[in-house]
Amino acid sequence: MGEDTDATPTLNHHGFLPDHNYVTEADIISTVEFNHTGELLATGDKGGRVVIFQREPESKTEPFSQGEYNVYSTFQSHEPEFDYLKSLEIEEKINKIRWLPQQNAAQFLLSTNDKTIKLWKVSERDKRPEGYNLKDEEGRIKDICTVTSLQVPVLKPMDLMVEVSPRRVFANAHTYHVNSISVNSDYETYMSADDLRINLWHLDITDRSFNIVDIKPANMEDLTEVITAAEFHPHHCNLFVYSSSKGTLRLCDMREAALCDKHSKFFSEIISSVSDVKFSHSGRYLLTRDYLTAKVWDLNMESKPLETYQVHDYLRSKLCSLYENDCIFDKFECAWNGSDSVIMTGAYNNFFRMFDRNTKRDVTLEASRESSKPRAVLKPRRVCAAGGKRRKDDISVDSLDFTKKILHTAWHPTENIIAIAATNNLYIFQDKLNSEMH
Amino acid sequence: MISTMECAVDAQSLISMSLMKIHNSRTQRGGIKLHKNLLVSYVLRNARQVYIKEKYAEIYRMQQYEEVMTVCNEIQELNPLDLDAEDTDDEEQTRAACCGEEASLCDAACQRGAAQPEAHARTASALLSGCPIEDGGKEPEPSDYRSCCMEASPLSHFDQFPALQDRHCNKTTVLDLDTHVVTTVENGYLYQDCCCDALQCGQGAQSPAKKRKVEFGCCISEVEEISDFTAARKRAKREDCSYSNPEYTDTSNISNLISIFGSGFSGLLSRQTDLEQICSKQALASLGAWTRAIVAF
Repeated sequence: MGEDTDATPTLNHHGFLPDHNYVTEADIISTVEFNHTGELLATGDKGGRVVIFQREPESKTEPFSQGEYNVYSTFQSHEPEFDYLKSLEIEEKINKIRWLPQQNAAQFLLSTNDKTIKLWKVSERDKRPEGYNLKDEEGRIKDICTVTSLQVPVLKPMDLMVEVSPRRVFANAHTYHVNSISVNSDYETYMSADDLRINLWHLDITDRSFNIVDIKPANMEDLTEVITAAEFHPHHCNLFVYSSSKGTLRLCDMREAALCDKHSKFFSEIISSVSDVKFSHSGRYLLTRDYLTAKVWDLNMESKPLETYQVHDYLRSKLCSLYENDCIFDKFECAWNGSDSVIMTGAYNNFFRMFDRNTKRDVTLEASRESSKPRAVLKPRRVCAAGGKRRKDDISVDSLDFTKKILHTAWHPTENIIAIAATNNLYIFQDKLNSEMH
Repeated sequence: MISTMECAVDAQSLISMSLMKIHNSRTQRGGIKLHKNLLVSYVLRNARQVYIKEKYAEIYRMQQYEEVMTVCNEIQELNPLDLDAEDTDDEEQTRAACCGEEASLCDAACQRGAAQPEAHARTASALLSGCPIEDGGKEPEPSDYRSCCMEASPLSHFDQFPALQDRHCNKTTVLDLDTHVVTTVENGYLYQDCCCDALQCGQGAQSPAKKRKVEFGCCISEVEEISDFTAARKRAKREDCSYSNPEYTDTSNISNLISIFGSGFSGLLSRQTDLEQICSKQALASLGAWTRAIVAF
């Protein structure tokens, strides 16, 4: 796998000291998403900011600089709020970003925190009108006596300016914490899911939404599961899936898939909770991630997954420590490549893993500054059991750094470009050569 | 670097960890996270089940020993023809022995379990002060539990044990957030009179009131016959045996909290073991008030 730049200073100038392990919490990336063409990459962080990267067009003069992602725009999406009724502070952390398919010159994206979803318009301005009759260059109204002739204002090129403006605010529809948003293939509606309910919105209507799933029990003491993720089918606008903390997937409507693995007597519920679900691009398969595995499901086969991939099974014996330090609650995301032949997901120690569904080969790679100089080729890593035979560059399970976790990953919709969020750094890797991963 | 050395995977430490997490979640920014608390309650439930099973196994082993010893003693001391005369004499001593037994065994059991009593007590009191509780004590009939303890076959009544409560909490004052009523709950929680205490009623080997000689040379073939007989005889007495233990301590401990959070989200009840289903509906209904504390938004 190839190379590419890591985050520009814009993301971590707020306090990241390279020599120390100190990270400003507001800079921690909480979501990553390519748009539908892959030209734009949006990241959200715990401080409520969104940073959009744009891929540079291919340049004939410098073939190797083609396709690098540079900062395109930065804006504050959400601010911390206070719910006075419940005496709760609402975090500004961006939980999810989803792009709308582009329909005109502007781009639109949805961003959400725990409670409120916002629709943003991202537009470019690279021209501005000059030669006003009644205003001067600075915009001040001219004294009418000084106007002696009339001219037609002309659009002149200017430095590219990216403007981001909030177009809709969808608020007050969720009692619990919003964990997913998904845009429908009809491009008119989208859904937002919290722990117990899923609401359907029309993009133009902010004062009401339709509740389409409600799993809140009549008596909260009877609660046994929550919704963990939800997504619309990429082609069928009536189908969507939601996953639960019990490890079940529900394809709505009416179809249902159940999963039940018993791992340990204490933690079986936690490790079967599905943290992310993604439709394949074809719409035929589902990819789910629970704590230790990633599973591919066939929509036509309910009873069990088609494929199960062990992401970091060596953690199975460490579940108690991981419960103690809260790592067992980490929610890893997963991603398909453009052709649905490879799946990717993150792990600890800044490792991320890819599984080729056809060749059944897998690789573990690391996102770190040391191993990611521009143009460097990533070296496959290996985790071995404690005390086991180690080759050079292997790392033992006990040496893994559990503070370095890759929760959010994204794969370019068509090309082999991946975005990896490692705490407060964004890594973008490109495959320049046709590697064996296809 | 976070240590990955395996922590002691014992139920006790998981229970205290879980309770701390639930407690801390109340002050977390962004409000109580329902999903995480739900998962923590699952761990708590699982750990509690394991903890109770381990406790039962231990008590059962102790009970077997005690029964054997008692029967041996009674073979020595009882004259089968003078039963009526001895009843009145022994009644009071039995009662005292019962209470004494409870106290000593409770202490022993709890000291084994409570590795960090202070930490647990802080957690417990912090939780309790924030938790609503149902008014007053809806206490099930002690005889319901005690009589079931003294089946002839130790195996069968082991299976019927309700959830275990090792220890009594003496007094707690709580504010019910729903009704704004301040309640002082005395004599602990609702299934504190579960059988482990009753088990030892009448087994007077360590009774302070009545010392018995411990004889090991008893005849085994007569043991079972006598134990059936003495069990039947003692059943009537035991129903009078008070469970207000003079040796209460002031701090709640993990066993109390296990019972409080035991049913967790009571929808999990259907998956609990048969052991626990014997618990009275009243006991469980009162736990609902506690679980509301977890899910309150």
